[in-house]
Amino acid sequence: MQVPLSWYLIVAAALFCIGLYGVLSRRNAIAILMGVELMLNAVNVNLLAFWRHGEVARGTLAGQVFAIIVITVAAAEAAVGLALVIAVYRARRTVDVEEVDRMKL
Amino acid sequence: MDILNFWVELGRVAGEWMAGWGLPPWAVNLIADFIGVLILVVFGVMAVMIFTPMERKVIARMQDRPGPNRVWPYGLLQALADAVKMLTKEDIIPSKADRALHMLAPILVVIPALLIYAVLPWGPRLIGQDLNVGVLYVVAIGAIHILAVVIAGWGSDNKYALLSAFRTVNQLLAYEVPMVLSILAVVLLAGTMSTQGIVEAQSVPYLIITPIAGLIYLVCAMAEANRSPVDLLEADSEMVAGYMVEYSGMKFAMFFIAEYVNMFAVAILVSTLFLGGWKFFGLEDVAPVLAPLIVFGKSVLVIFCMLWFRATFPRLRFDHLVGFSWKFLVPLSLINLLLVALVVKIPVANPRLAPWVQGGVMLLASLVVMAATALLLNRVARRLKDAPALKRIVAVER
Amino acid sequence: MTLSVSPVIFIVLSATALLGALGVVLSRNLFRAALFLVLSFIGVAGLYILLEVEILAMIQLLIYVGAIAILIIFVIMLSRQLMSPQYRAWNQQRRGGAVVAVMLFAVLAFVLLSVTWPTAEAAVPQDAIARLGRALVAPDQFVLPFEVASVLLLVALVGAVIIAREK
Repeated sequence: MQVPLSWYLIVAAALFCIGLYGVLSRRNAIAILMGVELMLNAVNVNLLAFWRHGEVARGTLAGQVFAIIVITVAAAEAAVGLALVIAVYRARRTVDVEEVDRMKL
Repeated sequence: MDILNFWVELGRVAGEWMAGWGLPPWAVNLIADFIGVLILVVFGVMAVMIFTPMERKVIARMQDRPGPNRVWPYGLLQALADAVKMLTKEDIIPSKADRALHMLAPILVVIPALLIYAVLPWGPRLIGQDLNVGVLYVVAIGAIHILAVVIAGWGSDNKYALLSAFRTVNQLLAYEVPMVLSILAVVLLAGTMSTQGIVEAQSVPYLIITPIAGLIYLVCAMAEANRSPVDLLEADSEMVAGYMVEYSGMKFAMFFIAEYVNMFAVAILVSTLFLGGWKFFGLEDVAPVLAPLIVFGKSVLVIFCMLWFRATFPRLRFDHLVGFSWKFLVPLSLINLLLVALVVKIPVANPRLAPWVQGGVMLLASLVVMAATALLLNRVARRLKDAPALKRIVAVER
Repeated sequence: MTLSVSPVIFIVLSATALLGALGVVLSRNLFRAALFLVLSFIGVAGLYILLEVEILAMIQLLIYVGAIAILIIFVIMLSRQLMSPQYRAWNQQRRGGAVVAVMLFAVLAFVLLSVTWPTAEAAVPQDAIARLGRALVAPDQFVLPFEVASVLLLVALVGAVIIAREK
């Protein structure tokens, strides 16, 4: 028995919601970024599950290419986001997002 | 039983014997897979036993001294004596270290080294699992190894271990890029990423066709395995065993084992990608049973080269090391990749002659690039020799 | 043989991914959270292998585990706040966030299970990797997103170096 499509979608939805909870409820900027990475992973699982169960028969590769682009964007975003975290840490000595709520030093 | 095809026949006979027990086919497959994994793992760890004394004897002979010769004639069972010593040592865990991470790190270091053995081809039909992304799998496994080093450094609760782990990761990441680029050159030539496919596509060993890629890969693989002359971080005179400093007894032995298992796997990879794997001028068609021996022989050759480098070259300073990778190896491997990509597309009229013509053009182009590189380096070295900073150092020493 | 074992493998792999994710968002020690993140990535890579896209599984391991996770661990170590006594891990929206996440999951699960998806089963072609390579550079397929992604990576590279530079 093949694994049906809806199982993959449920797992992706669960991963997305866990990442969402991480983004909404943590104070540390790096922890928020980790939640964002989880959400992007969930999106990828979704894309590839749909590709495998629908597009293979048509012969196109949009699902795979989209997933690769998402991974690329996630890498770029993680790099810039973490650079920002380092810059903020140097200026304010904290990475707590509740404490960096002022533009002026 | 066809004796010339011994290993494959052995597998088939064993499979039939197990099926005769009346188990369902999926259980037979499962047991066969387990036994296969066990054989590969044992083979990998046996590499430690063979290559530890070999390394010490070879380096000793190159330094004109006898090396270990107490255990058995010629000191060949030295690894056993080392194992007994390490097993009887006290197992110390620093009191403020994270216990789970401290215990996890040695295991995490051995696992990637052993996982590489799954895609190494030992013969025409002998391979753990012929993934069609074999070489990418090897590179990804190297990435997990980097993570294990970080965990080892963090779990020691020691500033210097952490610092050393950072520098190790720096070095590993720096040498991963030229490694991937030179593997890409081989993949372009072979047209497939599966290791078995690469061996089968080598009518002429790729070391002759792209010597640049071969040499770059050898250097990068040695750097990834933390071998001298790029082992600044675990050398005894430097960071005092680096990120492994708080590990004693069997845990240290695990790091040790991981290094040698990795070295053996990397040597087999070099022989697979660049020296023709289990091919030996047609001997493998006549007697496929000798294929694992051919692979072993070639990897021993490569390991001998690695030991030779260790005994000969002095260590590189850390910033030189990283600069060498980013400023020299990456551009060189990019140029090589461009070259290979161009040459592969040259249209040849007679398809049978195509590999030879392309190989010849590629070899000539590689020699031209190497000569140009040597000239450039010569000019840079000459300019540096007259640099004011160096003049000051020389004047002080005099 | 493999077809009858797939659901079991699927459950094991998705449990790994989901437990890793839970570990990320619920663990107070940031370093352990990063390691749980790695566990989650490995679980997701296993799911990709189950979906027969091994190349994406390897890319996932290489980039997420080999680069992003290590970057996150480095930045965690460079911004060590873990030892301060007033370290608080969660903000005031914690309960609201949990409610929102659970409700979103309920809505998504309800929608996903009640729609019949127009699936079409077929076998993955043998030369899938070659096709992927061609698709990324073919002018009538996906060359534009590919080139834009490479420019994006260049911009991110330069930007990250400049932002994190010591003055």
